[in-house]
Amino acid sequence: MHIGIDKDTCVGAGQCALTAPDVFTQDDDGYSTVRPGREDGGGSALVREAARACPVGAVTVSQTVG
Amino acid sequence: MTDTHATPDTPTTPDTGTAPGGGATEPVAFPRDRTCPYHPPAAYDPLRAARPLARISLFDGRPAWLVTGHAAARRLLADQRLSTDRTRDGFPATSARLAAVRDRRTALLGVDDPEHRAQRRMVLPEFTLKRATALRPRIQRIVDERLDAMIAQGPPAELVTDFALPVPSMVICALLGVPYADHDFFEEQSRRLLRGPRPADTQDARDRLEAYLGELIDRKSRAPGEGLLDDLVRHQLSEGAVDREQLVALAVILLVAGHETTANMISLGTYTLLSNPRRLAELRKDPALLPGAVEELMRVLSIADGLLRLATEDIEVDGQTIRAGDGVVFSTSVINRDETVYPDPDALDWHRPARHHVAFGFGIHQCLGQNLARAELEIALRTLFERLPSLRLAAPAEEIPFKPGDTVQGMLELPVAW
Repeated sequence: MHIGIDKDTCVGAGQCALTAPDVFTQDDDGYSTVRPGREDGGGSALVREAARACPVGAVTVSQTVG
Repeated sequence: MTDTHATPDTPTTPDTGTAPGGGATEPVAFPRDRTCPYHPPAAYDPLRAARPLARISLFDGRPAWLVTGHAAARRLLADQRLSTDRTRDGFPATSARLAAVRDRRTALLGVDDPEHRAQRRMVLPEFTLKRATALRPRIQRIVDERLDAMIAQGPPAELVTDFALPVPSMVICALLGVPYADHDFFEEQSRRLLRGPRPADTQDARDRLEAYLGELIDRKSRAPGEGLLDDLVRHQLSEGAVDREQLVALAVILLVAGHETTANMISLGTYTLLSNPRRLAELRKDPALLPGAVEELMRVLSIADGLLRLATEDIEVDGQTIRAGDGVVFSTSVINRDETVYPDPDALDWHRPARHHVAFGFGIHQCLGQNLARAELEIALRTLFERLPSLRLAAPAEEIPFKPGDTVQGMLELPVAW
């Protein structure tokens, strides 16, 4: 699994950090970011839920190939 | 109650020539007053049956689209072909009061990107989840102090004045750096801004709030203190990133939206819990249900019921076409009761996954203060029912007055005893 955040789209609603706090947080400017070392989702079942909660579709979750 | 849609029970004569959809069905007049303050009016039943889009007529007889389906609402609220700039020609209004201030620039929720993004970026660091979490001890202190004062004077008490309104007012004052000593003034002007009743009241309230916050910003420019407005003066105004007029507009929206909405959720949430004793008992037994219960209350109460947009291009929605120039209204109460997403949608159920409701909106304008609101609601409701386990309504439930359908929903009064 690979998690991407489009910072140009993110509006800092904090929905991903609220839904999957082990994986997502907000930086000092308020925009969402993946916690270091959790770029693969850290086994959290809530990552897809967090992507769905994003009001602007800034969070993408893809299966890592290979 | 208000001047706005004069006869809520009489459908407005539709202007069939330009009615969206062009079908033969009579548009439903929107908005209407609720009969029970925590349920959409029965007059919305035909709208609930027509998903994802229905036709409505607004207070002035103008037809518009009502978005009623949950999936379509999420898609359309995130669609920037729908503008939120109310100064545009043809922007819809749900009341004469709103129409009267359409020429005024409203910050954040009244501007499109890229301007909106620049405004939101300036204030975003103060509204993160982290920041809301850090404010919890302070919110708890404010809640405790208000309840101490209320308990010392009662029973009975009037919960709107004694608790629901002062708590969020004090929190937003602390956050913005607005003196709470001025709360009688800004609460009254916010009330007039949101409810009129006359369009002239709304215009005058806006003038007074702008003048008050303009003077406050001038004082802060001379001697900045602690607060978000002080930070904005120090870093944005002095560096020319924003001018005084823009900063005043931003301050108005932050102050008004920062206390009125949460106050309504506290008062209406309390009324709803007291009217549903079995649900309240469940919460008392298992306080861990509270965060989910706050989401479920947000979903069911849907206090901001009628988000407005203007289509700037033709947009296809499930085989229907919203034309450029059409007004589009989102009924959050109807969307949040889409039974394809929320089975048995009228029931309060603390165990259902209520997240993904659109009570805070969706898309780029999704509520900036939502994480703060969640913290305030959790702390206020938990502490209220912990401190006053015998809390009850001090008047027959059906006699307690609540707000009309054309404004943010909530209780006008909430007499309680314990």
